[in-house]
Parts: sequence; C-alpha cells; structure tokens
Amino acid sequence: MPRSLLPYFLVLQRLGIALLTLVIVSFAVFFATALLPGDVAEILLGQAATPEAVAGLREAMGLDEPALSRFIGWLVGLLHGDMGTSYVNNMEVADLIGGRLSNSLRLAGVTTLVSVPIALTLGICAAMWRGSIFDRVVSILTISVISVPEFMVATLSVLIFAVWLGWLPALSYGVDVDSWSAVLRAYAMPVISLSFVVSAQMIRMTRAAVIETINTPYVEMALLKGASLPRQVLRHALPNALGPIANAVALSLSYLVGGVIIVETIFNYPGVAKLMVDAVSTRDLPLIQSCAMIFCVSYLSLITLADVIAVLSNPRLRR
Amino acid sequence: MTGTHTKPPLVSVRDLKIGAVTDSGREVEIIKGVDFDIAPGEILALIGESGSGKTTIALALMGHTRTGCSIDGGQIRIGDNDVTAMSRRARARIRGTEVSYVPQSAAAAFNPSMRIIDQVIETTEIHKLMPKAQARSKAVELFRALALPDADTIGNRYPHQVSGGQLQRLSAAMALISDPQLVIFDEPTTALDVTTQIEVLRAFKSIMAQGGCAGVYVSHDLAVVAQIADRIVVLRGGEVQEEGTTEQILTAPTHPYTKELLAAFEPLPHQSVAIAEAEDQSPILEARNLFAGYGAMRNGEPAAKVLQDVSFTLERGRNLGVIGESGSGKSTLARALAGILSPYSGEVLLDGHRLHPDLTGRSKEDLRRMQIVFQLADTALNPGHSVGNILARPLTFYHGLRGKTREKRVIELLDMVHLPANMRHRAPSELSGGQKQRVNLARALAAEPELVLCDEITSALDTVVAAAILDLLKELQTELGLSYMFISHDLSTVEAICDDVLVMFKGEVVEALPAHEMSEFATHPYSRLLISSIPRLDTGWLAGLEQDPELIAQFANR
Repeated sequence: MPRSLLPYFLVLQRLGIALLTLVIVSFAVFFATALLPGDVAEILLGQAATPEAVAGLREAMGLDEPALSRFIGWLVGLLHGDMGTSYVNNMEVADLIGGRLSNSLRLAGVTTLVSVPIALTLGICAAMWRGSIFDRVVSILTISVISVPEFMVATLSVLIFAVWLGWLPALSYGVDVDSWSAVLRAYAMPVISLSFVVSAQMIRMTRAAVIETINTPYVEMALLKGASLPRQVLRHALPNALGPIANAVALSLSYLVGGVIIVETIFNYPGVAKLMVDAVSTRDLPLIQSCAMIFCVSYLSLITLADVIAVLSNPRLRR
Repeated sequence: MTGTHTKPPLVSVRDLKIGAVTDSGREVEIIKGVDFDIAPGEILALIGESGSGKTTIALALMGHTRTGCSIDGGQIRIGDNDVTAMSRRARARIRGTEVSYVPQSAAAAFNPSMRIIDQVIETTEIHKLMPKAQARSKAVELFRALALPDADTIGNRYPHQVSGGQLQRLSAAMALISDPQLVIFDEPTTALDVTTQIEVLRAFKSIMAQGGCAGVYVSHDLAVVAQIADRIVVLRGGEVQEEGTTEQILTAPTHPYTKELLAAFEPLPHQSVAIAEAEDQSPILEARNLFAGYGAMRNGEPAAKVLQDVSFTLERGRNLGVIGESGSGKSTLARALAGILSPYSGEVLLDGHRLHPDLTGRSKEDLRRMQIVFQLADTALNPGHSVGNILARPLTFYHGLRGKTREKRVIELLDMVHLPANMRHRAPSELSGGQKQRVNLARALAAEPELVLCDEITSALDTVVAAAILDLLKELQTELGLSYMFISHDLSTVEAICDDVLVMFKGEVVEALPAHEMSEFATHPYSRLLISSIPRLDTGWLAGLEQDPELIAQFANR
C-alpha cells in the first residue's frame, strides 16, 4: 500500500471496527433484554387475564417466534429506520424517542459547549504552571468534584438556587423559553450539574497528557530557543497531546447521552435516559432496545471520532 | 588557540555552584565551584563521565537548570550579559540569539508533529530576527554548508522522515540560524554510529571554522573531542580535575583521573581462557543458515527480513564477538538464538543438539544452558521487585530452590558479581548503572548457564565502569567455564574480550576472523570502513582521514 493512503486506511479500519462493535452490541442488547424477567403480555393484561388471552396477545405481538428470527427481523427493521412499535402504548418507537432524543442532545450539546473549553483551558493551564497554587487548587477541586455524586450536586443546587435564593427555576422543562435569559436560566442548573461531572475527568486527563509532553526533550529544546512558556506548551506540547486528550473528552462526553438519568430525573427533564428507565419498568422491549442502541451509537461515534483525531494529529500516520 | 590573554574572554564562569533536590528531599551540591573562560571563536570541551555535571554546566550557560536543580552561587558571564543575575524574561531573550544549543539526541529534540524547516527557523520567529523568507533561505544555505542532501527540500519533511545523522546536522542548522556567539554541543554524536559520526563531526568542524563563533563541546569521548576542541576541561563529580589545551591533555596529562581516562583507550588484547575439555566435543553453539525477521508471515517469509543466512560456530570456552552498526541485525541475531524471535529458516544447535526455533518449544534444560543479558539493565530489571527477589526467581524456576538455601545462593550470586550481600534488600532504582548491570548478569548466572548471550551490555555504561564489567566477565569465565557471545557496536570492547569476531552488515555476516587480526587483516570493505571510522586519540585524525566516497555511499549508515 502506498504510504500516502495509510491514514485513510487507518480511518476506514476504525470505522469498520466501530460498525462491527455495533453489530455485536445489538446482539447483546437484544438477548439481554430478552432475559429480563416478566412477560410483556402478562404485564399488559394485568393479573386477572386468562391464560388464553395472554397466549393470544403473545401470538399477536409475535412473541412466540424464536428469539433469533425476532432479532434478525429487528435488525433488518433498524437498517430501514424502523425501530418497531412500543408494546405498551402502540406508538412508533421512533416517534416516542424523536422528541426525547432532541431534548437529550440539546442538553448534551449545551453542556459540551460549556464544559469542554473550560475543562481544556483549566487542564492546560494547570499543566503549564504545575506545582503552583493554581494547579493545586484545580487539582483539589477536580478531586472533590469526582468524589461527590452528581445527585448531590444537583439536589444541592436546586436547594440553594431554586429554593433558598429563588434565582433559577427548579424544573427545566415546561418553563417558558421565550427569551435568551429564560433559556439560560432554564438550562443553568442541569448544565452546571452535568458539567461538574464530565469536566473533572477531562481536566485531569488533559493535565496529565500535556505534562507528559512538556517533559519531552523537544519542549526543552523550544525553551532553549527562547520560547515563552505559553509558546512551549501551545505550539510544542499540545499538538502532541491531542490524541489522549481527544480520547478523554470523548469518554467524558459519551456519559452525557446515556448516563444522565439522575440529572434528568431531578430536574424533571424529558430525555432519552428517563424514557429508557420508564421502558424498563413496563418491559417495553422495542423501546429499551432502541434506547440502548442510541446510547451505543453515540458512544461509538465519539470514540471513533477521537481515534480519527488521534490518527490525523500524528504526522507519522498522516504522511 | 585564540589569544586568551589579549582579548577579554567571551564567556567567563566563576565559582559556579549548582544544587539539586533529590527525590527523597535531600539537597546535594552537584556542581561544586567551577571556573573556566572561553575566548571568542574558541571551542572548549567539557569531558567527564555520567554524573560529572558536564551537561548541567552547559545548560547553566543558557541560564537553564533541569527540574529540581538550581544555580546556587557563582557567576556566568557571556559577552555583556550576566546570566546568573538576569530575570527569566531576559534569559529567554539570550537563548537562541546569543547562546544556542545542539542537543544530544536530535531525534528526541525535534517536535514530531512539526515540519523541520519551521523548527529550524523558529528562533528567528521567536526573537523577530528576520523575515520568514530570509530565514528560510538562510536555513537552506546552512543545510548546504552542513552537506545535507536535497538542501532545498529537506526542510519540508517531518523529523521521522530523515536519518539520525541528518537530524543531528539539521539541529546544528537550528542552532546556527541566529548567528549566536556561543554554541553548546551536548554530546551531539554519542547516539550515532561511528561511520555517521565522522560526517557529522566534519560538518560541525567546518561550519564552526567558517562562522567564527565560540563553542562548548560536551562529551565523554576524548577521541571525539580531540578532533574538534581547542581546550579541554576534565570534570568529575562536579569539580574541575584538569584544564589545558587539547594537545596538553592528550600528551601530558597531570591529573591521575585524566590518565585513567586516557588509559581506557589503550588496547587490551584478550587472552583466551584455557578450559580443559575433551578434544572431540561439539561446539557449544552453532548456527546454520539462520534467517529471521519481523512482521506478518507470507509464504513462510516475514514482511521485514532481517537476518540473512547467518552461520557460525562458537567453541566451548571461547568468546564470539558480533559487531555492526544500528540496524545490522546483531540484536536480532541474539533474539533469534535465544528463541525470543523464532527464525523462519535454519537451525540453532546447542552442544550439538538441535534447539526448537521458538522459546516455548524448548525444554527447561535448554533454556537453562543458554542465558541472555539485555543491554539496558534499567528496563530489564523489574522495578517493583527487590534485587533478592529478582535473583530468587530463576533459582526457583530452574533449580527448585526455596527458603534458606535459595537465600544462601542469592548471596553467593551477589558475591560472584562483587556486590555486597545486603544489596538483595534494595530495589533496582536504588542502584547505580554499573551495579544494575551486575545484577542483570547475576540473574543470568543464577540459571548456571554454559553460554551467555551479552547484548550490548556495556554500551550504556561509562568507560571505567564498562572496563570493570569486562574484567568481571573474564573472571567469571575462568571460574565457571562459561562461553560468551558478545554483541557490541564498539570494536575495542569486542577486542578486549573476544577470540573471534563476526562483522555484520544489513543482517548478513560479511566477515568472520580472529579478534586480534581484526584491525590489521580485515578484508571486507565494510569492515575496513568500520575500523577506519573509529576515532583515534590524535588531534589530526579526522583531518587526515581519507575514506573512499564510493565505499561510504555503499555502506555508511547515513
């Protein structure tokens, strides 16, 4: 293979691996949900249902077919964009998820826009002035944030800002969002709570990755050429730390789609995570499976994106 | 020698003291009051072994100390600048403009994600010395003066796309782009092969002669320094032992330490050890048409073939040296013999008995009889284990020793390599380089082998320490009846311990002959090139050296 094609090959390879992972995960998701205790037909018909009625419903819903053929049917449906029909309220899963997903993505997007620049700046600055008071303060703060669970942060912020001070609405959804300040106020608390959770890891990983490259001979060489500290860090250290930083950011952000159930619940925010938890309690298999696949896709795309950035930022692979 | 007495010196260092804080928080003085001057245009060499403080002093000239170190006293003056009294900002202003630096390993000192030209002209950009286009054309001129190929375009490449010798010359261009008054060369040829070193030294020498700027040349190698320096300062333990012109130091050293350093250059012919053995015994090690390589196997051949048809025999009680430059396949040969990398063709015979190509297919007894010692004791010893534990593991594995008997044997092994018994409670990180290499050797001896493969085991050590390791190897050979296969890039080391020598080039054995005939009777052109490239303790050696350019083009690793 000509060397110039190597990066494209590597990128294609990453995409292929992501696709393969997705298929394996879909298999695992389908059979794991099939193992859930309880039977949808029984739950739907209630305790008074006759066995005949349950059997009739099972047949009508296609539940008596072998699991493998149901899996293939589901997979083929997914490829056509058909996520199936909810068992519980007979609505298209796509319709159920659609609105929720855009809510979730909006929350995740705003949190990303707030947390990533702040986290990277703090991490890079802490690395640049490592050992200084600033670095120690940042380190202590990130460790405390990591050790405090997010429901604590969320509940405390509701208590302080909504109940005692009354500055911000306690609920984020259903508030009138007709002006920019209203939008800001509505999103402030969930975004702050989530940013706390995802930033800490990003700050620590960025700091570690940048410090590792600061200790290399080529950064010392830049120092001996008379480069200022910011120049040493931003021109020489940072570009070589991009790979690990991109991975840390992707890992942290992947939490924003699936892992935010607690924050969604506390702020009564109708996102996908909350939808999935509700679906589990009603054994709504198509809905659970679709939610799980959405989490998986978002996670995989973030990780693959980070991998691609790592490949492209390395001239040994790029050239 | 430029007139040190008529003109004021360019650089003057007075009573320089540099302290360091160790990991355990203890403060130590690593430079204990050093004085020297450098006249304009003069090249001063700082000579010493690792830990002598030569690099620390060189970096201090730029007002820089590495993490944990600080300039605690004394004065450094360069031109009109008092470096020790300057602010951080003022120091940054003279770095790259007044004083510039040529690093030990250019391969590590170039930023892998930036194009070479941008790094070479970065100094002019930082200090706003000249417009970018002018800097670029100046860089190309310097590339030409440094005899770099494709001077116009080489700058557009990334560091990993040029060879080590070229990078080292590019780093000199990086240092000279701003016309500094003083250039610091920090062991700039130590990481290079000897045939490459010559070209780089020549380039440095001619460009320094043209530019008229002064230089500090840091090195541990007196022979290299003899070619380029006007004066030499001999350092040890952070103190100046002796200072004089190059001629004086080489011909009439007064300090015992300088004499010791010079003595390390005297050739020590090896006396082979007579081991009483039956005549008809088979050789301890034999390789027959060995082929090995790395990468994915296709049609029974690996993607990157390294060893090509290597055959040799090593008689019991004799030592076989393998010399060659980086990439010649000498370490691959050791790995193939040990079965770490299984050869895809050919066979290895230990004492006449055919060994399985792969390590996992060999019996414990086969493994025990042939042991390997790796180059870097730092990475070969598990940092999480104590020395005692490191030596105990092979004892249990090969001999099933436990408890008191094992403890006793560990102490014996330490004694064999001249280390005190209480060393067994220490971690490898608490040992010096030479001590670690002794532990590394003791671990191989724990198996009670008949053959030891030594892969560049003295290369990372200082000359005096390396000489002690060689003496130890000889002593162990007489005591234990060992045979060694000794891999090195250094001909003099091989001559000091081996009976026979294989010269390797690009995975092939190009010549095999007795060690004592090596320097005089080697016939293969590559062997001749290699031998002629080894620096001599003679100031006129480099200037008088004539090598056939065709030969260089064919064989040199440039």
